[in-house]
Amino acid sequence: MKVGLLYSRIRRDEKLLLSELRDRGHEVAKIDVRDEQFGLSDPPESFESVDIVVDRCLATSRSLYITRFLDAYDVPVVNSAATADVCSDKVKNSLALERAGVPTPATEVAFTTDSALETIEAFGYPCVIKPVVGSWGRLMAKVESRSAAEAILEHKATLGHYQHKVFYVQEFVEKPGRDIRVVAVDGEPIAAMTRSSDHWLTNAAKGADVQPFEVDDRVRELVATASEAVGGGLLGVDLMETGVSEPDDSETRETGSHADYTVHEINHTVEFKALNDAVDVDVPAAAVDWLESNVERGTEATV
Amino acid sequence: MADMITTEDPLTGEEIEIPADVEAGEIVDSPATGAELEVISVDPVTLEEAPELEEDWGE
Repeated sequence: MKVGLLYSRIRRDEKLLLSELRDRGHEVAKIDVRDEQFGLSDPPESFESVDIVVDRCLATSRSLYITRFLDAYDVPVVNSAATADVCSDKVKNSLALERAGVPTPATEVAFTTDSALETIEAFGYPCVIKPVVGSWGRLMAKVESRSAAEAILEHKATLGHYQHKVFYVQEFVEKPGRDIRVVAVDGEPIAAMTRSSDHWLTNAAKGADVQPFEVDDRVRELVATASEAVGGGLLGVDLMETGVSEPDDSETRETGSHADYTVHEINHTVEFKALNDAVDVDVPAAAVDWLESNVERGTEATV
Repeated sequence: MADMITTEDPLTGEEIEIPADVEAGEIVDSPATGAELEVISVDPVTLEEAPELEEDWGE
């Protein structure tokens, strides 16, 4: 098959994918989105004869528009424009999870600093303010007092971009020092890991310690439902354990003694290098298996 | 150890060594200054200063 790999920066994740695709003898067209122009009717030359495009854009804005263009040109792309649209925006993400009945942290959105402060006071302290579009834990704020809330809201209101005036406020979930990242294809887990840190943010991009995590039936069920809720694809589903009786007890962490999970985020251009290093599963190989089956299904559908 | 190649650091003009298997679009750290450099082409390898992190970057 011929795969178009959309990129603007080749991370180790993309190198792993490229290597797996080439090792299997697939033709790969690396398409640097910075070099392309998109018209309304026909795809740019770089997309000609590709069987499938893999969106690995680092910039969310580019990912959103290019997947829309590819949809319009009838060029198959993973993940889809619809999935990118939901996953790239925390409000849409939360609404999709809630609608699907997936436990997700209580969230409210307000549009002025006064109403946001009311929301924060109603949640109580600590609570969390997140940017509606953003990644790698950037600009996330754990709000521990009214005075901190006032300062953060004032800063956000003066940051400039209108998105910072969409105040996304969330309950603070008392997790046991870690969260869980599951990488899945169309709701089927490839592998999972925990991300632990002394900091309240446990993103691997922030240097959290990662360990393999064995997916249990409940996680499997939640990942399948969450994936469907956002339109499926190659996704990173992030969960936290809730109701942990003794959050600081290492034995509790290992045995997973907790009441349930909550899904706080689904990522549509998922990074998997840390997971690939943490587990025995070959994550890029599983992703390429999935790409091959996508192309096979597409070919069958057109015969 | 991975095979290395020698190329020019665009910021300092110094000769630097980077992995031979770099891809266009990849970011390498300059061993001379620690600055992030983007691989612009691979045949021959040319580097430029990498773009600054932008707000909508991520996964």
